[in-house]
Amino acid sequence: MLSSKMLGLTTAIALVATSGALAETLTIATVNNGDMIRMQGLTDDFTSKTGIDVEWVTLEENVLRQRVTTDITTKGGQFDIMTIGMYETPIWGANDWLVPLDDLSADYDVDDILPAMRGGLSVEGTLYAAPFYGESSMIMYRTDLMEAAGMEMPDAPTWDFVAEAARAMTDKDNEIYGICLRGKAGWGENMAFLTATSNAFGARWFDENWNPQFDSPQWKETLEFYVNLMNDAGPPGAANNGFNENLALFQQGKCGMWIDATVAASFVTNPDDSTVADSVGFALAPDTGLGKRGNWLWAWALAIPAGTQQESEAKQFIEWATSKDYIELVAENEGWANVPPGARTSLYENPNYKDIPFAQMTLQSILSADPTNPTVDPVPYVGVQFAAIPEFAGMATQVGQEFSAALAGQQSVDEALAKAQAIATEEMEAAGYL
Amino acid sequence: MARAVSTRKRAIYTVIAWTIGLLIFFPILWIFLTSFKTEADAIADPPLFFFFDWTTENYGIVQERSNYLRFLYNSIIISVGSTILGLLIAVPAAWSMAFVPGKRTKDILLWMLSTKMLPAVGVLYPIVLIARSLNIYDTYVLLIGVLTLINLPIIVWMLYTYFKEIPVDILEAARMDGASLRNEILYVLTPMALPGIASTMLLNIILAWNEAFWTLTLTTVDAAPLTAFIASYSSPEGLFYAKLSAASTMAIAPILVMGWFSQKQLVRGLTFGAVK
Repeated sequence: MLSSKMLGLTTAIALVATSGALAETLTIATVNNGDMIRMQGLTDDFTSKTGIDVEWVTLEENVLRQRVTTDITTKGGQFDIMTIGMYETPIWGANDWLVPLDDLSADYDVDDILPAMRGGLSVEGTLYAAPFYGESSMIMYRTDLMEAAGMEMPDAPTWDFVAEAARAMTDKDNEIYGICLRGKAGWGENMAFLTATSNAFGARWFDENWNPQFDSPQWKETLEFYVNLMNDAGPPGAANNGFNENLALFQQGKCGMWIDATVAASFVTNPDDSTVADSVGFALAPDTGLGKRGNWLWAWALAIPAGTQQESEAKQFIEWATSKDYIELVAENEGWANVPPGARTSLYENPNYKDIPFAQMTLQSILSADPTNPTVDPVPYVGVQFAAIPEFAGMATQVGQEFSAALAGQQSVDEALAKAQAIATEEMEAAGYL
Repeated sequence: MARAVSTRKRAIYTVIAWTIGLLIFFPILWIFLTSFKTEADAIADPPLFFFFDWTTENYGIVQERSNYLRFLYNSIIISVGSTILGLLIAVPAAWSMAFVPGKRTKDILLWMLSTKMLPAVGVLYPIVLIARSLNIYDTYVLLIGVLTLINLPIIVWMLYTYFKEIPVDILEAARMDGASLRNEILYVLTPMALPGIASTMLLNIILAWNEAFWTLTLTTVDAAPLTAFIASYSSPEGLFYAKLSAASTMAIAPILVMGWFSQKQLVRGLTFGAVK
């Protein structure tokens, strides 16, 4: 009796085992960010205009990176469009893994894309991914706590001012911490923040000959400043805090200041989620007077992997999703505060958008970040909070673990920097740079 | 009559058993509770236990955004399919190892288990390339095949230990009576080992249901199971714990219900041969 059941079931499995994708359906890999989810909800507009169906594959960020890398290197052809960042685009574009976006229509107005975004997503002047939304980093602070501390935040503060304000705002008995910064290890977590911050202190990852620079006094100053500040004015357990943990703390009213992605501005000012929505101010990321601000530049962008069977359909979608019309469409359906920010110049000239409290500071932050010239001293790499070389992600995650351990008090700043130098030197030697 | 156990002792055992049970169950309970919170309540510090504004909005959002039934269907096909295919291979294999062991049977058993020590990512590229050249990427065939291979060592090991408990004399008696090999396995061995086979089957369905590396890597749309459904609710920028918990609750509910109803078989199978 069991055997007949088994036979029946196996036959059923064989029958339902089907393969092959449908024609005229684009498969798009993406992450679960608010702007992406909104786009999924508005896809019907694209389908009704073009007759092309869209199938979304939403993945966790690290899974997405692994999936698209596997797919692209094996020419798997599973995706027609993939959501990638500013780190991958120049590397993959240079490897000919992406279809160049050099023949977009005149209506699309490619010159309207913010120059910093366009530069970061191009290889030798050719655009390889269209920015869907862009971000920099800036200071978000509690206007009420700042006032209570008897201080006033300038639009472009220094790190010394920020440190002083943070210590003045801190009231640990009432769980108010002057500053919340990333501490969780990862190249896109604490190292994004610390690499960008180190630029303001005159540090750099590599000199012009690719020699790691963690043994420099500037890195020591950066890391010491950060660890001391976080010990004095940061929340407990900060070594485990990334973007989402700090967002939660800020929304609960436990942070005086938070320096992080500009995209967070719409979260912390949303009264549905944030208890401090009506008392948030914005300022540029701090500097130390050396001419560089510690603010990064990032874009989530749409790119077409070389090897897709539906290149022209994919281009149609990218033109739709990153167009001026799409921004209008989101504004109509969800309001101006919810349009994807940071990609197009025209958005910041739009009178409707100018009323959004964080719009101008976001734009200024994006404009003041310069991925091609990120540091005080010259460097051989492109990127503000990363160095756009394939080895960076792995190396920076290891370095991030050392820095996170220094923040947690498990080792000294000097030990962390010595280990970071050893890690980076070994990796760079193995990769043939040295 | 059973031994008399004092009320006091019984109470202590009951308390200990409940404490351990609750500790193990707590993460699932927490996911369940979080799924009924708002995103703000989900990350509240100190954590909120039962006294918060219960809401079902997360389930609404998840229903609206994802086609749950399609993921569920794929999970069922893949986990049941790989378990059945695995049993079809493992029953004869375990039979031969238990009843007609050769010189190297022990070595083979250990070698089979050692394949589980290889990190999955080590064979990622070969499997992806094979899938691509056979044009079976994102299909049930690929997923069932890969999951069968991954779980086969465990299925064989479990069945082997159950079969070892069955007296070989009974099989010999069947053979004396003229039973063919097929009939011996099907009509003598299988019914006697049924509790063992059932618990192996249940455990493997659970293992296949929860397998996340391969199911996420080898599927895109058509064959994506519930692991892909859960993974789509983690967000790098934005709070997601409540929605993720709702998705997780929906993903584990079927297997939880199945486990509940088959408790008896599971316990019988796992303790099979223990009291003899």
